[in-house]
Amino acid sequence: MSTPALSTRGLDKSFGSLVVAKDIALDLPPGERYALIGPNGAGKTTLINLMTGMLKPDSGRILLGADEITALGPEQRVKRGLVRTFQINTLFPHLNALEAVTLAVCERRGYAGTWWRKLSAYADAVDEAHAILLSLGLAASCTRPTRELAYGQQRLLEIALALATRPKVLLLDEPAAGVPQGESAELFVVLANLSRDIAVLFIEHDMNVVFRFASRIIVMVGGRILTEGTPQEIAADARVREVYLGRTRHG
Amino acid sequence: MSSSAFAEPQRYLAARIRWRPVEIAFWLATLLPFVLTPNYLVLASQIAITALFALSLDLILGYAGIVSLGHAAYFGFASYTAGLIAKWGWGEPLSGLVIAATAAGLLGYLTSFIIARFRHLALIMITLGLGLLLAEAANSASWLTGGADGLQGVRMWKLFGLFEFDLYGTVAYTYSLVVLFAAFLVARRLINSPFGLALRGIRENAVRMPAIGAPSPAHIRKIYTIAAVMAGVAGALLAQTTETVSLETLSFQRSADVLVILILGGAGRLYGGLVGAIIYMVARDQFSGINPQYWYFWIGTLLVAVVIFLPNGILGGLARLKPFARRSA
Repeated sequence: MSTPALSTRGLDKSFGSLVVAKDIALDLPPGERYALIGPNGAGKTTLINLMTGMLKPDSGRILLGADEITALGPEQRVKRGLVRTFQINTLFPHLNALEAVTLAVCERRGYAGTWWRKLSAYADAVDEAHAILLSLGLAASCTRPTRELAYGQQRLLEIALALATRPKVLLLDEPAAGVPQGESAELFVVLANLSRDIAVLFIEHDMNVVFRFASRIIVMVGGRILTEGTPQEIAADARVREVYLGRTRHG
Repeated sequence: MSSSAFAEPQRYLAARIRWRPVEIAFWLATLLPFVLTPNYLVLASQIAITALFALSLDLILGYAGIVSLGHAAYFGFASYTAGLIAKWGWGEPLSGLVIAATAAGLLGYLTSFIIARFRHLALIMITLGLGLLLAEAANSASWLTGGADGLQGVRMWKLFGLFEFDLYGTVAYTYSLVVLFAAFLVARRLINSPFGLALRGIRENAVRMPAIGAPSPAHIRKIYTIAAVMAGVAGALLAQTTETVSLETLSFQRSADVLVILILGGAGRLYGGLVGAIIYMVARDQFSGINPQYWYFWIGTLLVAVVIFLPNGILGGLARLKPFARRSA
């Protein structure tokens, strides 16, 4: 087996007596789509925060490809290709989509420290940003301020910002969260069309989405990994039914 | 903002930063005091200096979202530097301006390492603390600064060896205005650059910035240093054109005033500090003529009214009247 795109070993994190991550070990192979599922409070978003450097683990290691990144800050991890999106839209409300994505491209290309040249002089960055927006179907509204965009478009912009950094590993935190049925089709097309050069780990509650996109599923409960397997294995797993799928029986 | 005319996105971005007629009219109007109110050129010069100071605050507050209640530290530090250089025998204005601004920039660079680590309320307290610290230091070092009496004996040479600073303020206003315009051009270019976009990103969402690979602390240190240089230029101009420096240049009052001026005019709009400075300084001049003891009553009333009715400042209110007038931010 080739080197995983992303792996963790023995990640621990607690807030006081509350254990939010305990001995997390996982491997995400290049180009794969893994789903991370589990009941609310299982520590899924915490795990993304740990992997992206927004939280510091108490112990354990995080590797991106063959490189250990445990000590790096969030923006350095992004520079190396480990990128996330947010469950709750974390966008730039008064920037329009073109500006926001251009900003991400400029940061990647190392233009963002330049203050003596006009932004419009960097045609390559602006064109790249526009191309990303075009591919996500956002080009038509890319001059409207972000806060005026429809919710589904804002979810797409979340992904557009991540793609502008040219990720190797993409961590999607509930990409479809809150998207109404009518707007979800575009989002699923985008998810399905993500480049196979990118390894994707996504958190999702909607089992239809999980079974549609994931090649493997990791189940978390109470800060630990309960089990991991193919969608068929997970669907058949009695423990998973009990702690997770079973919950739906009780409402 | 139709998206139909959108074959070339960079052309759209270029169009957004084109000089508008109203901007050209504004700068032409800054020449009017020479003709219309020649007896008020000293005031006009003070307005230009205050406008420059407010512009420097706009770069950090309006664009990067860094709230400061101690911005006078850089203004006053450069003011004393410029004053002392002239007092010690080097009265050449332009080189004095450069030296004083560099000194303010150094101070800004050093403090920026603290600034970049904090946000919101903590930042207000830290900038306030730094400002008070420097004001008290200047007060206690009266052998150097003249203390409460102010720095005396500042003698400026002729500008370019030709123009003597006169009592009517003709040279002072010309000098301040030209420097203000030059600084404005720098600020305008800066906010329309990739760096300016990154600053707006920090203002709009500091949490997202690291997630798109942006080194926000480095950006903040850079703009804070640039703003300190610009505040320093303003402070040095005041010392040179008035040929004295008082502790007031470092005071909390000055930090608070410039914040009020910027919010009055509209933060994050480039012209906000300029318009705010004109309104505030003219209002102060007029109100204090009518009622010298209570003029802050009227300033307070004005501020409350503006914040209630025009939450984005006077320029923000004007922009609302003209829906297609794009935000210059």
